[in-house]
Amino acid sequence: MSSLSPAGAPLVETKNLTVDFVGTGKPVRAVAGVDLTLAPGEVVALLGESGSGKSVTLRALMRLLPEKRAKIGGSIRVDGRDVTALSRRELSAFRGSTVAMIFQEPGLAFDPVYRVGDQIAEAVVRHERVSRAAGRARALALFERVRIPSPEQRLDNYPHEMSGGMRQRAMIALALACRPKVLLADEPTTALDATVQIQILLLLRELQRELGLAVIFVTHDIGVATEVADRIAVMYAGRIVESGACRDVIRAPAHPYTRGLLASRADHVFTKGTRLETIPGAPPDLTALPPGCAFAPRCAQARPACNAGVPEERTASPHHVARCLLLPAPAEDGACHRADATAAA
Amino acid sequence: MTVLAHDLAHDPAFPDPTLRDRGGPAQPLLSVTGLVKHFGGKRRWRGETKGAVRAVDGVDFAIAKGETLGIVGESGCGKSTTARLVMQIIPPDAGEIVFDGEEVGSRALDLTAYRREVQMVFQDSYASLNPRLTVEDTIAFGPRVHGTPRREATGRAHDLLARVGLEPGRFAGRYPHELSGGQRQRINIARALALQPRLVILDEAVSALDKSVEAQVLNLLLDLKAEFGLTYMFISHDLNVVRFMADRVMVMYLGKVAEVGPSDVILNNPSHPYTAALLASMPSMDPDNRTEEAPLYGDPPNPIDPPPGCRFHTRCRFTSAICANREPPLAAVAGPHAVACLMTQPGSGHPQAAASREVAA
Repeated sequence: MSSLSPAGAPLVETKNLTVDFVGTGKPVRAVAGVDLTLAPGEVVALLGESGSGKSVTLRALMRLLPEKRAKIGGSIRVDGRDVTALSRRELSAFRGSTVAMIFQEPGLAFDPVYRVGDQIAEAVVRHERVSRAAGRARALALFERVRIPSPEQRLDNYPHEMSGGMRQRAMIALALACRPKVLLADEPTTALDATVQIQILLLLRELQRELGLAVIFVTHDIGVATEVADRIAVMYAGRIVESGACRDVIRAPAHPYTRGLLASRADHVFTKGTRLETIPGAPPDLTALPPGCAFAPRCAQARPACNAGVPEERTASPHHVARCLLLPAPAEDGACHRADATAAA
Repeated sequence: MTVLAHDLAHDPAFPDPTLRDRGGPAQPLLSVTGLVKHFGGKRRWRGETKGAVRAVDGVDFAIAKGETLGIVGESGCGKSTTARLVMQIIPPDAGEIVFDGEEVGSRALDLTAYRREVQMVFQDSYASLNPRLTVEDTIAFGPRVHGTPRREATGRAHDLLARVGLEPGRFAGRYPHELSGGQRQRINIARALALQPRLVILDEAVSALDKSVEAQVLNLLLDLKAEFGLTYMFISHDLNVVRFMADRVMVMYLGKVAEVGPSDVILNNPSHPYTAALLASMPSMDPDNRTEEAPLYGDPPNPIDPPPGCRFHTRCRFTSAICANREPPLAAVAGPHAVACLMTQPGSGHPQAAASREVAA
């Protein structure tokens, strides 16, 4: 996967990451070979529908998946360290201080029986071995930072005393408490109302810019991805099928799945009574992925070669790649025009 | 009417919906006045209840025959409670619901007859199906309760399955857990249509579906509406979907109607500051033109203790002293377009009442 940033080593790098859920019944391959890089200060949106493996990928980066049931394959390097090799003790130091995560439901991420301020202070004390007073001072500064009104009083609130938007701000404060380099966001605005969602998106964008955070933002909403991301990686059935600068992916989607997703949005239809363009069928069964392109059964442009093997990444434009045979093959890189490949189909 | 025609010809309990029309085309199919529902709260001796959630607090609207009314608003605005009140799942505290000229619950239209005319599809496709009934039993259940013989009810279930795009031979014997979310929502739609209703209430019916499946179900809903001559009450938080589906849109805020009117007026040129903020809060689809400033700050207030006067005045950027004291009535601004905002009402005392239109747009 090409990284847009020329500056040094990537902060996050996965190579052929796979996650299989084992247990009763057939193993489920939730992530089927993800190569993802994240440069310092970059925001990547992982875009996909339910079951595409976006959240599992995110959790694998912090090893939050249950060890016995989820088998992780491939390599994960974050900030120069091999995450798969970390011991329990190293892992708990790594979580929070190098990588932190915010979740969809802040009500579940906080402990309901402790005050929010104490939970943030505790994280600071635990990681940085400072006094409780220093931890609390940091919590207050963070609450001001995420613009919670009357922050001093709010530190003494229990999670249920806050509204949804405020709880999400408090969770962002908790995630930033130990100055992580990478922030992982798992659909942080999906449970929020529209007018609150945009406030949280703008807050995240502002914090990212000011603190120079690298962010992986998981979402199913193309609009949300467009608001926050430098780069968009579209996932389908456990693989990244397209990746490129936000502008390129939205304006000139290269993979038929991305094109279908964009075309099926209701805001494209301006005449009343017109039907929406749809992607036929449903996402594949993850216990029995097809040998070739997982999207081929739903793709109008599929041909026999699509079922032969998983398509390799091909370049659509500089720094914009897609796993689709409709794009020119890499051997003829640049020489072959995209129209030729389509004509050959 | 093609698919179900052979069933209905033999079924006196289900005359053709076009024959059931009583009031004629000018009579609204549904008209609701003064609808109120408060939940909980302690009743003080002699006087008002305190601490109640004022979920729906005086709502009036009408739905014409054959139209789709979209209802939008944030969580806690009362849109789902309104749907449940109209469906008579919960009894209203006050208010009148008139269906095609007959008052609901009156002798002319008792609840059994009413529920044959009005059906509902819910957001959670799994929770709203009985896990121990097969698909065909689920769809045939309603008609059987209303007196259709088993064989006919099953035959109709198979017809409807085909109509919502699920092959009866493959799906009739399945249980809900054997289906995907999109397929389950198709079953819910088929079940709602099994009684040949005239009004279908869709309460966030596509919100839990993935985008690629959502588009399929929206198309299906349009097809069914045309084929069966249905009227929809379509509730959603997604303004793009409402824009696609609805003829008219009603915007709700904290249990009241903020604005109602033709969908192209409401969604392109809103008059209420809340509608404008809701529209501006939609994520931009243009990477070069991102949202730079949040249109509103803070969360919607708690419906237990709504602000006095205009309920939106605590978050409104045009607010003035009068807004906290005077509750704006829902008043027509142009034809079918009505707004509950003092700025649009000449002589209301709001400083911008005179030049209101330009400001709100």
